[in-house]
Amino acid sequence: MIELKVNGTVHKVDADADTPLLWVLRDHIGLTGTKYGCGIAQCGACTVHINGKPTRSCVTPVGSVRKEAVTTIEGLTPDRSHPIQKAWIAEQVPQCGYCQSGQIMVAASLLARKAKPTDSDIEQAMTNICRCGTYQRIRKAIHRAAGTKV
Amino acid sequence: MTHMPQITSPKLNRREFIATAAAAGGGLALGFHMPARRPAAAQTAMPIGAELNAWLMIGTDDTVVIRVHRSEMGQGSFTAIPQLVAEELECDWSKVKAEFVSANRHVRENRLYVNLSTGGSTAIRGSHQYLRKAGATAREMLIQAAAQGWSVPAGECAAEKGFVVHKTSGRKINFGAVAEAAAKLTPPADVKFKPHTEWKIAGQSFPRFDVPSKVDGSAVFGLDVKVPDMVYAAVMTCPVFGGKVKSYDEAAIKGRKGVIGVVPIPSGVAVVAEHYWQARTALDELSIEWDEGENAKVSSATIHEHLVKGTEEAGAKVRHEGNFDEAFAKAAKKVEAEYHVPFLDHACMEPMNCTARVSGGEVEVWVSTQNAEAALATAAEAAGVPPDKAFVHLALLGGGFGRRGRQDYVAQAVLVAKAINRPVKLVWSREEDIRHGFYRPISMGKLRAGLDDKGVPVAYAHKVVGQSIFAYLLPQLIKDGWDRTSMDGTFDQPYKIPNVKFDYVMRNTHVPVGFWRSVGSSGNAFITESFIDELAHAAGKDPVEFRRAALVGETSWLNCLNMAAEKADWGKPLPKGYGRGIAINQSFGSICSHAAEVSVDEQGRLRVHRVVVAIDCGYAVNPDNIAAQLESCVVYGLSALLYGEITIKDGRVEQGNFDDYEVIRLDQMPKVEVHLSLTQGSWWGGVGEPGLASLAPAVCNAIFQATGRRVRSLPLKNHDLRSA
Repeated sequence: MIELKVNGTVHKVDADADTPLLWVLRDHIGLTGTKYGCGIAQCGACTVHINGKPTRSCVTPVGSVRKEAVTTIEGLTPDRSHPIQKAWIAEQVPQCGYCQSGQIMVAASLLARKAKPTDSDIEQAMTNICRCGTYQRIRKAIHRAAGTKV
Repeated sequence: MTHMPQITSPKLNRREFIATAAAAGGGLALGFHMPARRPAAAQTAMPIGAELNAWLMIGTDDTVVIRVHRSEMGQGSFTAIPQLVAEELECDWSKVKAEFVSANRHVRENRLYVNLSTGGSTAIRGSHQYLRKAGATAREMLIQAAAQGWSVPAGECAAEKGFVVHKTSGRKINFGAVAEAAAKLTPPADVKFKPHTEWKIAGQSFPRFDVPSKVDGSAVFGLDVKVPDMVYAAVMTCPVFGGKVKSYDEAAIKGRKGVIGVVPIPSGVAVVAEHYWQARTALDELSIEWDEGENAKVSSATIHEHLVKGTEEAGAKVRHEGNFDEAFAKAAKKVEAEYHVPFLDHACMEPMNCTARVSGGEVEVWVSTQNAEAALATAAEAAGVPPDKAFVHLALLGGGFGRRGRQDYVAQAVLVAKAINRPVKLVWSREEDIRHGFYRPISMGKLRAGLDDKGVPVAYAHKVVGQSIFAYLLPQLIKDGWDRTSMDGTFDQPYKIPNVKFDYVMRNTHVPVGFWRSVGSSGNAFITESFIDELAHAAGKDPVEFRRAALVGETSWLNCLNMAAEKADWGKPLPKGYGRGIAINQSFGSICSHAAEVSVDEQGRLRVHRVVVAIDCGYAVNPDNIAAQLESCVVYGLSALLYGEITIKDGRVEQGNFDDYEVIRLDQMPKVEVHLSLTQGSWWGGVGEPGLASLAPAVCNAIFQATGRRVRSLPLKNHDLRSA
C-alpha cells in the first residue's frame, strides 16, 4: 500500500512503487482529468503540480511522491474560478480539449511564479503539445489572466 | 465531485426528457451525459417534456434539448448544429442544451439521423437543410398548438424567443406550456426558412457548450469512461502491417500481480489486468514473436522507387481539355517539376481506446469515434449480436482528424470483453497509435506547363502517382481507374488554362491509408500551388497578379485571394531574409487562401511569423468557431510541413512517439489572422479541413521569395533552407 496526498486528501493505493503517478491518479483514484498522451514526458497532457511545481506524471513513479502534495486539475479550484480557467473560457481556448488540463496546470504555475509573464516567459513555460493548435489562444488567455497586454 | 458519466435511460421514449445537463450544473449535456441502456441509480431522466421530433425536446421549464448527430472532436459542431436548429425554432438560446443522438435509435429507426459520420467537413454543409427543417417544423407545431388553445387562426400568431405570440391581442405563451400539445400534431409538410439576414442565433459567436468542462478536467473522453467491474487491456499488434503472431510466452506473466489473462486478437495480443499499468508492463514481458511475412522487405526506398516508376505509365485520364501536347510543344517557355509528399500520421492527442461490455446477447461500447453508426456495426459484428442489440455511448474525442473514422480499436475491445466476460477498457500506447494508423497516402506529382510569349499559361499537365484511399477502404468508389481523393486539389481547381491534362497512376503499398484532415488536397494543394508559383516566377509576374489573370470570372475565388493578399499587406517591402507567399485552394465546398510571412536566417532556420487566412465557406454559423478551426488548420498544417513524415523500414513504421514524430509547439506559433469572405449565395462550404490545404504552399512560396529555394518535397526538416 502506498499513501499519497492528492488535492488535500490522503489516498491509500495498492500499486507498485514504480507505477507512474499518472495511472495511479486515473485508474486507482479515479481522477481522469489528467491525461495520457505519450508516456515519455514529451506532450505534457499528464501535467500535475507536485508541491506547486508542474510535473509530468507519466514519468513520475508513484513511490517518489509519498510525502508530497499532488494537485491535479480537479484540485485546482472547485468551481473553475482560477484566473487561468476563467481566461480559458473567455478566450474559448479548448478545441478537442484533451491536452487542456495539462496546459492549464502549466499556465497556473507560470502565473504563480511570475504574475506578469512576457511572451518569452510564456514560450519557455508552455512546452505542452496541442494537436488542435490552440497555441494562439493559450497565449492570449495567459495574458488575459495576468492582465498583461497581448 | 466525481466525474463519472451519469447513466441515463437510452430508450429515448417520445415523452422522456433528459435533464442530466441541468443536474450537472454546467448547462452542458456533453460528457456528463451518455445515454445508457440500463436504468441505474444515477438516472436523471424525467418525463417532464415533449419530443417534437427526433431532433429536439422541449421541457415544461422551457429547456430545449437539441440532439447532435455528429461527434465532437474539437471542431465545434456540438454548438453550431444546435445554433442552426434553434434559429429556426425561434427559441431562447439560453435555454438550449445539447446532447448526442442515440446511435442505436438511429439504426433501429431506419437511419433516423441521416448520417452520423463526422468527416469531410460536412457537419453543417451536409446537414443544414434537415437541421433547419427540424427547427422550423417544431416552431410551426408550437404556433399551431398555441393558436388552437386560444381558438385563433395560426396565421395571427408568431414565435418569438421561446414564446408563441398572438399578434392581434398581444397574448403570449411559453414554448414549455404548449410543447406537449404541439408534439401530438401532425408536422407540416412544407416550412419556410429564414433568410440569413434575419438570423439571430446562427451567425453569432456564441461560446461553445463543451468548453467549461474542458477547463476543469470533468469532460469525459473515451479514455476517461468508467464502467462498474471494468478491467484494462493493453495491446500490441504486429509492427509489420499484414503480419501475424507467431508465439508468445504466456507463462512469463502467469501469476503477475493483477494480470487476468491474455487474449489473442487479429494480428496481435491483448493482456488484461486489474489496472492499465499492470497490463502494459505485463505485455512487455510476453516476448511476442511475429510472423512478419513478405511485407518485411518493404522500405521507404522501395516505395519511392515503386512510385517513381509509375510516372512512366499513362495512367487513368481524369480531365483532358484542348490539346496539351501540341500547346506544350509550341510554348515559348516550358516549366517542368516533380513533387513528393510523404505518409502522415494523425497523432491524435488521445491514443485509440475503447471500453466494451458484452453480456446477455447485447454489446455496449463507450468510445471516442467519428462515426457512432460504424462503431455500432463493428461492435455488433465483433460480439456476434444483431445491430439493434448494440449500444454506443459516444464520448468526446481527444482529436480525430480522420483517424477515428476507423473502428479497429472497437473490434479489439469487444473481442477482448467477450473473451474474458468482463467489461474492459482497451488502451493503445502512443507507440501502437503511431505505428498502426491509417496514414495520409504517399504521393507524387509530375508537372509540365507552357507559357506563351506574354507569360500566359497555355498548357498544363499534372500526373498524380500515389496510393489510393479508396482502393484500400472503398474500392467500389473507384471510377474509370481513378480515385477522387487522390486527385482532389488538382483537376478541380478553376484556373483557366486552355490545354490541360490531369492523369492518375495508382501505386498502392502494404501501408494502410485513410482520410487525413483535408485528404487529397493536403498534398495536392502544396504541389499545385507551388507549381503555379513557379509559373508566375517563370512568367516574371507577381504571384497574386498571375493567379488573378488565370481566375477571371471566378468571383468568389478572386474575393478570397484579394482579401488574403490585402490583409497580408501584399506588395509591401520586407526586410532581407524575409519572404511573403500566397496560395489558394478549393476543397470540401469552400475556398480558402493563405498568405504567409516567413524569414530564413543564415543558418537556414525558418521562422513563420504571420499567416493571414481568408475563407469563403458560403455562410458562417459560428464565426469565432470558424476562426478557431482555421487557427487549428494552420498548426496542424505547419506540423506536417515542418516535421511530418512516416517512414517505413523492414515493413514497419519507424516513428513511434512525439520525440520522432515531432509537432510544433507554442514557441513556433505564428500570428494567425482569420478573415471571412462569404458569398452567402446558394452553397454552403465546410470549415474543418479547407483551411489546411493552401497553408503549406503559401509558406513554401514565401521561403522561395526569401531564399530562392524551391521546396518540392516535404517535410521541410529534410531541406537545407540557406539562401540559394
